Amino acid sequence: MRTVLNYLTNTRGRKRLHFTDWLTYLYLLMGTAMMFGPVIWLVMSSFKPQSEILRFPPRFLPYRQETVIVEGYDTPLQLFDVVLEDGTTRRLAQVRRVGIEAQLIDPANPEEIFRVNIADRTPVESVYFGLENYQEGVESFNFWTYLRNSVVVTIAATVVTLLVNSMAAFALSKYQFRGRDTILFVTIATLMVPLSVILVPVFLVISEVGWTNNLLGVIIPGAATPTGVFLLRQYMLTIPDELLDSARIDGASEWRIYLQIILPLARPALAVLTIFSVMWRWNDFLWPLVVLSRSELFTLQVGLNSFQGELNIQWNYILAMTVLTLLPITVVFAFLQRYITTGIATTGMK
Amino acid sequence: MASIPPTAARKKIKRSVSSPADVLRLVGQFFEAVYQVFVNIIDFLMHPLQNRLGVRGMAYVFVLPNLLIFGVFILLPMLLNFYYAFTGSTNLYPADRPFVGLENLSRLFSCGNFLDPNTCEVDVFWRAVSNTGGYVIFQVTTMILMSLISALALNRKLAGQGFFRSVFFYPVLLSPVVVALIWKWILQQDGLLNALVVSLGQERVGFLLSPQWAQFWVVVISVWAQMGFYTLILLAGLQAIPSELYEAASIDGASQTQSFWRITLPLLMPTMFVVIVLSLIRAVQVFDQVFALTGGGPGTATTYMVQYIYDVGLASQTNQYGIASAASLVMAFFLLLLTAVQLRLGRNSEIT
Repeated sequence: MRTVLNYLTNTRGRKRLHFTDWLTYLYLLMGTAMMFGPVIWLVMSSFKPQSEILRFPPRFLPYRQETVIVEGYDTPLQLFDVVLEDGTTRRLAQVRRVGIEAQLIDPANPEEIFRVNIADRTPVESVYFGLENYQEGVESFNFWTYLRNSVVVTIAATVVTLLVNSMAAFALSKYQFRGRDTILFVTIATLMVPLSVILVPVFLVISEVGWTNNLLGVIIPGAATPTGVFLLRQYMLTIPDELLDSARIDGASEWRIYLQIILPLARPALAVLTIFSVMWRWNDFLWPLVVLSRSELFTLQVGLNSFQGELNIQWNYILAMTVLTLLPITVVFAFLQRYITTGIATTGMK
Repeated sequence: MASIPPTAARKKIKRSVSSPADVLRLVGQFFEAVYQVFVNIIDFLMHPLQNRLGVRGMAYVFVLPNLLIFGVFILLPMLLNFYYAFTGSTNLYPADRPFVGLENLSRLFSCGNFLDPNTCEVDVFWRAVSNTGGYVIFQVTTMILMSLISALALNRKLAGQGFFRSVFFYPVLLSPVVVALIWKWILQQDGLLNALVVSLGQERVGFLLSPQWAQFWVVVISVWAQMGFYTLILLAGLQAIPSELYEAASIDGASQTQSFWRITLPLLMPTMFVVIVLSLIRAVQVFDQVFALTGGGPGTATTYMVQYIYDVGLASQTNQYGIASAASLVMAFFLLLLTAVQLRLGRNSEIT
């Protein structure tokens, strides 16, 4: 405790914590609660059985009513603490409930039946992180199909993006050729023109190419990202031209230069673009929504949205599936958060 | 390598198989060898091409795939959008669409009074426009303010800085659908927030059922989901301010408040402008999160421009492609304006 306190009150340069530092801590801790709270609430809720999901007011931890298996009864019986007429409290198993009267037995002595008012019993509960929502949700939600589609789209699109963007960036940074500046200008100008503005004609083009209801229609169109080209080009400009020239003198072809000099040297920028591309594609919603209409091709995001749009919302499954959908991104972030945050701070893109 | 005596080298080889790090190195070497073969094959295949086109010509080869995808799926649709906006009928195929001139645009703009959507022929569009306007104003101001406060807090030299920075950034990574579902679960009738409301002795509120509440929560949720991104950019801007300035100011007897107003804020302005324009551009396009959260309702309370375009052009059976494209043009005009401002600012301050 002492060391934790020392660590927290350790200032860089200044002598001791000013009251504004405490205010800052307060703000940051409140912010942490605000940012993580909703996600933690989601995760906690996803473990709750249906009865707990419907409970109002809700409780933070997932509870489950204890049950006991008694000989002579097919299903496990729910346990209650019952206040009997003589004022004693006993732990009994409920056999059936008729109106406001409950019939209970002692698991140790199943012959005797107690009849009590339902108000006189309280359920015996324990904290229980149940995986039933996940198991049943995965089946009714078609999870594996959607997951496969999302994985295919994310990986294929990232590979294509890295390839075509790095090739273009190489050409735009290391060659003088006619039309270069025009291409560069158009690239930068469309940096800000989003898909949402050209929905209708994009749909036409994709259907003319024959890619509606085809994962290619999701993978290819977004691969020529202006952001990626721009980011890689800026990085490649810092690679000295002399390296290329001496390689040419040694007889290397342009493709060899691209594959063996440029790509290895641009690794940091490629890593940043990889992280971004994975994030974009995993979370992408509008494009797959427009292109895909057959449910066996849905990605996780589109699938999740159509699942929640169904008539009666089955919250217990939806919560579990939402957790599964945000899990990969969260794991990636936990490991790479430093690269992601510094990558964004330096390139200013998302 | 040659200077290592043979016995030592042998020892090294023996050790290399036993430790996992060296296994990784072997795997790495294997992939490097595979990559070499790959490079040689490509090199062999591409040599005749380079002989024909020359070194300069290869630049076109490199830029071609990107340009092709870009041209077909971004540039061509942008041009087609004009065509759609000036042609009519419910046919998607361009050749089947008769030219109607400005009819779509004039229908969109036929309004008794532009401030009252009910007087317009295409009233939903103008409701979407006014919803978007309200959203943009509230969302951008709230978010910039929150991001600035957070960036200032994160910029103080305190322990755990990296952790807090990551925490504030985390929601940015969540997908729009996930964000919508997380909050829908909290805001629903029997949700966490209503439990809080009831515990304070109030009646339960239909947070997503009343137009005002729905609009309010859409703003709150998008601030929650996006502010981490802008906080990071502002933080980078704050860290770029040289610390000598603060030291000099404190030697001259300036208080912390004074140095905030006289040093921090003015020097942060260029970054601030970039952040404002970026967030404006994004706010105008608000769609997916809200679509998953409310579906545009209740009624049309949270129907914004992109959703209008999506509804009219793609989701409904009426196939009013012309109107949808005309609405796209109107929106593109706003965005272009904002982009022009940004490029100009970028050139002036050399920050983009």
